[in-house]
Amino acid sequence: MRRSNAFFFGLALLSLVVGSCMPAVPGPGSTPAPRTLKIMTHDSFDASTSLIDAFEQLHNVRLNILKSGDSGAALNKAILSKDVPLADVFFGVDNAFLSRALGAGIFDAYDAPALGTIPSAFQLDPQHRALPVDYGDVCINYDKAYFASHILPLPKSLDDLTQPEYRGLLVVEDPATSSPGLAFLLATVAHFGDPGYLDFWKALRANGLAVVDGWETAYYTNFSAASGHGPQPMVVSYASSPPAEVVFADPPISEPPTGALIGQDMCFRQIEFVGILHGTPNRDLAEAFVDFMLSRSFQEDMPLKMFVFPVNPQAGLPQVFSRFAEIPAQPATLAPEEIASHRDSWIQAWHQAVLE
Amino acid sequence: MLEVREVWKSYEGAPLLRGLSFHLARGETACLLGPSGSGKSTLLRIIAGLEPAEAGQVLWEEQDLAPVAPHARGFGLMFQEYALFPHRNVLENVAFGLRMQNLPKAETDTRARQALARVGLADFSQRRVTDLSGGEQQRVALARALAPRPRLLMLDEPLGSLDRGLRDQLLADLRRILALDGTPALYVTHDQEEALAIADRLLLIHDGRLQRSGTPAQVYADPGDAWVAQFLNMGTLVPARVIHSSPLRAQSDLGILAPRCTHTHHAVGEYLTLLVRRAPVTLERAARRRDNLVRGIVQEVSFRGDSYRATLDCSTHRVAFELPHPVAPGTVLSIHLAPEAVLCLK
Amino acid sequence: MMSGAGRVPQASYGAGGSRRSLLLLVLPLAFLALFFFYPLLSILRLSLSATGESQPLALSSILAPLGFTLWQAALSTLLTFAVGMPSAYLFARFEFPGKRLLRALTTLPFVLPTVVVAVAFNALLGPRGWLNLGLMTLSGANTPPIQFINTLWAILAAHVFYNTAVVLRLVGNAWAHLDPRLGLAARVLGASPWRAWREVTLPLLRPAILAALVLVFLFDFSSFGVVLMLGGPRFATLEVAIYTQALHLLNLPLAALLSLIQIACTLSLTTLYARLAPQLSAPSAPRAAEEASQQPVAPRQRLAAVLLVGLLLVLLVAPLAALAARSVARMEPDRGQRTSVSAGLTLSYYRELFINRREALFYVPPIAAVRNSLGYAAATVIIALALGLPAASALARTSRFGRQVDALLMLPLGTSAVTLGLGFVVALDTPPLDLRASPLLVPLAHSLVALPFVVRTLQPALASIPERLRMAAATLGASPWHVWREVDLPIVARAVSVAAAFAFTISMGEFGATSLVARPEYPTVPIAIFRFLSQPGALNYGQALAMATLLMGLTLAGILVIERLRLPGVGEF
Repeated sequence: MRRSNAFFFGLALLSLVVGSCMPAVPGPGSTPAPRTLKIMTHDSFDASTSLIDAFEQLHNVRLNILKSGDSGAALNKAILSKDVPLADVFFGVDNAFLSRALGAGIFDAYDAPALGTIPSAFQLDPQHRALPVDYGDVCINYDKAYFASHILPLPKSLDDLTQPEYRGLLVVEDPATSSPGLAFLLATVAHFGDPGYLDFWKALRANGLAVVDGWETAYYTNFSAASGHGPQPMVVSYASSPPAEVVFADPPISEPPTGALIGQDMCFRQIEFVGILHGTPNRDLAEAFVDFMLSRSFQEDMPLKMFVFPVNPQAGLPQVFSRFAEIPAQPATLAPEEIASHRDSWIQAWHQAVLE
Repeated sequence: MLEVREVWKSYEGAPLLRGLSFHLARGETACLLGPSGSGKSTLLRIIAGLEPAEAGQVLWEEQDLAPVAPHARGFGLMFQEYALFPHRNVLENVAFGLRMQNLPKAETDTRARQALARVGLADFSQRRVTDLSGGEQQRVALARALAPRPRLLMLDEPLGSLDRGLRDQLLADLRRILALDGTPALYVTHDQEEALAIADRLLLIHDGRLQRSGTPAQVYADPGDAWVAQFLNMGTLVPARVIHSSPLRAQSDLGILAPRCTHTHHAVGEYLTLLVRRAPVTLERAARRRDNLVRGIVQEVSFRGDSYRATLDCSTHRVAFELPHPVAPGTVLSIHLAPEAVLCLK
Repeated sequence: MMSGAGRVPQASYGAGGSRRSLLLLVLPLAFLALFFFYPLLSILRLSLSATGESQPLALSSILAPLGFTLWQAALSTLLTFAVGMPSAYLFARFEFPGKRLLRALTTLPFVLPTVVVAVAFNALLGPRGWLNLGLMTLSGANTPPIQFINTLWAILAAHVFYNTAVVLRLVGNAWAHLDPRLGLAARVLGASPWRAWREVTLPLLRPAILAALVLVFLFDFSSFGVVLMLGGPRFATLEVAIYTQALHLLNLPLAALLSLIQIACTLSLTTLYARLAPQLSAPSAPRAAEEASQQPVAPRQRLAAVLLVGLLLVLLVAPLAALAARSVARMEPDRGQRTSVSAGLTLSYYRELFINRREALFYVPPIAAVRNSLGYAAATVIIALALGLPAASALARTSRFGRQVDALLMLPLGTSAVTLGLGFVVALDTPPLDLRASPLLVPLAHSLVALPFVVRTLQPALASIPERLRMAAATLGASPWHVWREVDLPIVARAVSVAAAFAFTISMGEFGATSLVARPEYPTVPIAIFRFLSQPGALNYGQALAMATLLMGLTLAGILVIERLRLPGVGEF
């Protein structure tokens, strides 16, 4: 028993010691100790180890990536800690919350050279405080096998979803608690206008709409083509989900079991931004990192890591994306300021129309 | 009134009670005597209905009690560890049985207080039971068992923790109460003096069976059994061989003994177990040979209030005896045993 | 006559006894002040003074979630007790093969992240779950007859699933230590079995029942994942509303207001509890638990035991088994493969856990996640016990302001993890308290939640030690510290191991607070599971289930080990 006591005590001591370790550990060999650059981001951030290592080597820096919850939580934390910032760079604010971030003044402007190559449609902040890094389209995914076996034509527009042949076949997420759910709501607002969108949603509700809390539940519990074998063959997900199904298939498959509906305004374009946090002592390194994120190598690495699309037009797509990802020609978009001023009331009205 | 008939019970596979049977008449107090682990407490619980017997019956006034639930039997049981309810005060504990009878509150209160007074704890009614000393708890448990005036009272070592004076007093009180109400009682104790003081009948239990049953006088006069004699610490057991049938004389390591035997004829050469009772003896200075003359070295001598008790070391046995005056340890002595002091046993 | 001797006072002996008890409270109170009140007040102050994009407050947006929260918590608690009390009786009074394992299994749900529980429930009771599939094939219907997910029943069932262990352990432990002779005495005095239970057993179990009641209610009151995922968007409790407002709508003032209401409700509940619970539960001679339990003998007893065990297996163990089964089965229908796929058993998901196939930066070797989880859990157990033992000791002795302290200690349980997490960010930003990025924050957060459980488990046990024993030790030359170590500790050894098991399980399964404060290089197993489920793909799903099964196995082992721990030199009392 003494041994077990000691064991537990030792573990605790170990974690205490580890916890109080200073983040800056001297690097191997090189005479100047590497500096630390802290990147604050959401939980979905991912990149290839080799790329990160290369960056660290090149700039003699140690990257400390702070995952801080989902995008809303991360942004909240950044805003709350803006006087004593938790990091040097923040990545992961999307166009739905861009105004909020800019209004809180957490970013310093940076006119990156790579901006010249990025299409202006992505550059939602003319002052370059927030720079676009990637985009993803929130689209309805459908179960190919289901539609084939029921000999059902695919819906070609949002209005089609209210037709009786699609009764009870769609599951959406609550925009109050889900980022894709919010994105889809914004798509309907963009397409039908305010308050027209409410009639659409009421019609959807009358047509057997299923509503759940978030993407995990919708995809893995409700969606029929995913491992949960749920009842709905249509789910609000991402345009990158079908390629992801191929990448993560077991056993390997040759084409995705799902597809995306990319009719006009059926998808909503989410753009993610990076920004240098105000008050950082490592401005130069932060700029280098932003450049890195906009560089071709990183942009080409992103799709298979974060399942998003690069904003840099020079970046090529991996084969599984170019074969299976369907990119909508006319995604729905809304101005960030408009989203900022009406988001809460739209969500509230949606709740009343759909849930009550 | 109470009849226990061929009760069998085992514990963890081994038999505990083997076909135990006895009778208890109205107003009779019987003492269950036996070594620890002999199943006395278990027997009480079986009679109370708290445990089922594996075979046999318990009858009350000829009625089989098997279908009667414990709370309907009207028996009282005082547990060895008192089992007082810690969340209730003294009065509430004592009144519990009365409350279960759904008597009017005033009557419950009065009778509970009476019961408390009877055990000398009249002022203790509001106290928490956990605040009491061992003796006080015991008396509360006794009062609690008595208060509902049970048809049969079972007491498991009820006076163990009490000092001498209190014990004697309570013993006398108990006898009076039991006699007054005519309540039959089963009393479990390991203290023989207590048993002798209160019992109308002794029930000696050994190896799951009733070894001997009788009034204290009967049992002491004729234990009948080596085990009974040993358990009751009646004296020394001496094996002997009959050398003369009538009058009965037997040869033993202590010399020639002439025992009192209530049984019939013993043939010469038969082997017997004799009991040399601890009893007053006379000293014999002369060395002449006689029956019932035992010679040895005096060991411990202790004062017992009205006589001296001593042990004689006779190389093969130790014989206890009583003398009116002390004798120095180490003295070589010959004592003459009275004829009633030597008994035959089976 | 010596009858006056030996009367034993109830209060702790020796001068300065109560002063010493106050000293014991210093550390726990300081911990609470630093890591709960300070962050809480910081975030509340900040949020309530924040201007900007806040909507006008509608009373209904407050009353509705409050009402529903109380309603579902009350219902859930009732159902939990309906399952938990008979189970507690079963475990307290009967011996049967596999008892220890079953008890550990019923504690497992506590550790599962809700994400995983949702998957498990869905596998059993979802629209395409086994139950519905079975019923559909039997009745030939086309639509699943049982609508379970996204109903109130899903929330209630999940709460029962999670919390039965609390009732089972707290009440079961107390019941096992109850002297069975008390019940027998009552029966001989004329009480029917029901009346004996009501008059004797129930009052003596009251402290444990009340403790379990308040813990379960608070847990259900602040329940988040269950309501969000299994209930769905139609059901909003205070916790969900806080989460939504704070993290998605970025409406901090409303979130703070809801937090305040939540805390106010919690505080009134805990104060009520502290007032109701007897300050010192009746000391009874503690006896070894095994004394009172036996094999069920009578056929009626046997039947009851079998039924209860069956109920527990179905309710609590079946979803876990479904999960584990799913992690080794490949059941993909034709999903676009060119070649046919055979369904069958596979360990590929487990194998995949150890491969960083795509060179991901944040690939977590399962060993690492396990190590992190165990490390955090061990730290939590130590912190929670180090704070909880003195707190429980102090609360068990003095009654002066023990009630208020008791109520305060339980507050973290009913406080939103979101609020606390944000509070950490705001408050702990200046050295030496700049712990915002420290891994130490995780066990601290876990300990805040585990502490009420530890105190509630230990306090009744400590209070039940007869003062007599301590006095005897003192006369034999033991200093107060030695008395505590030689008398108190061995007697409450069982309660300590129960408390340690709670703290361990809570830490292993904690997800909400952890996701807000954890450093990414030390992810815990629940966080790793959630990562898998945030991306599509059969491989991700399978790995999530494999990780969840690993988590269950790990926790089961941990619980069994903790239960076997003996304090130095003394066996279990």
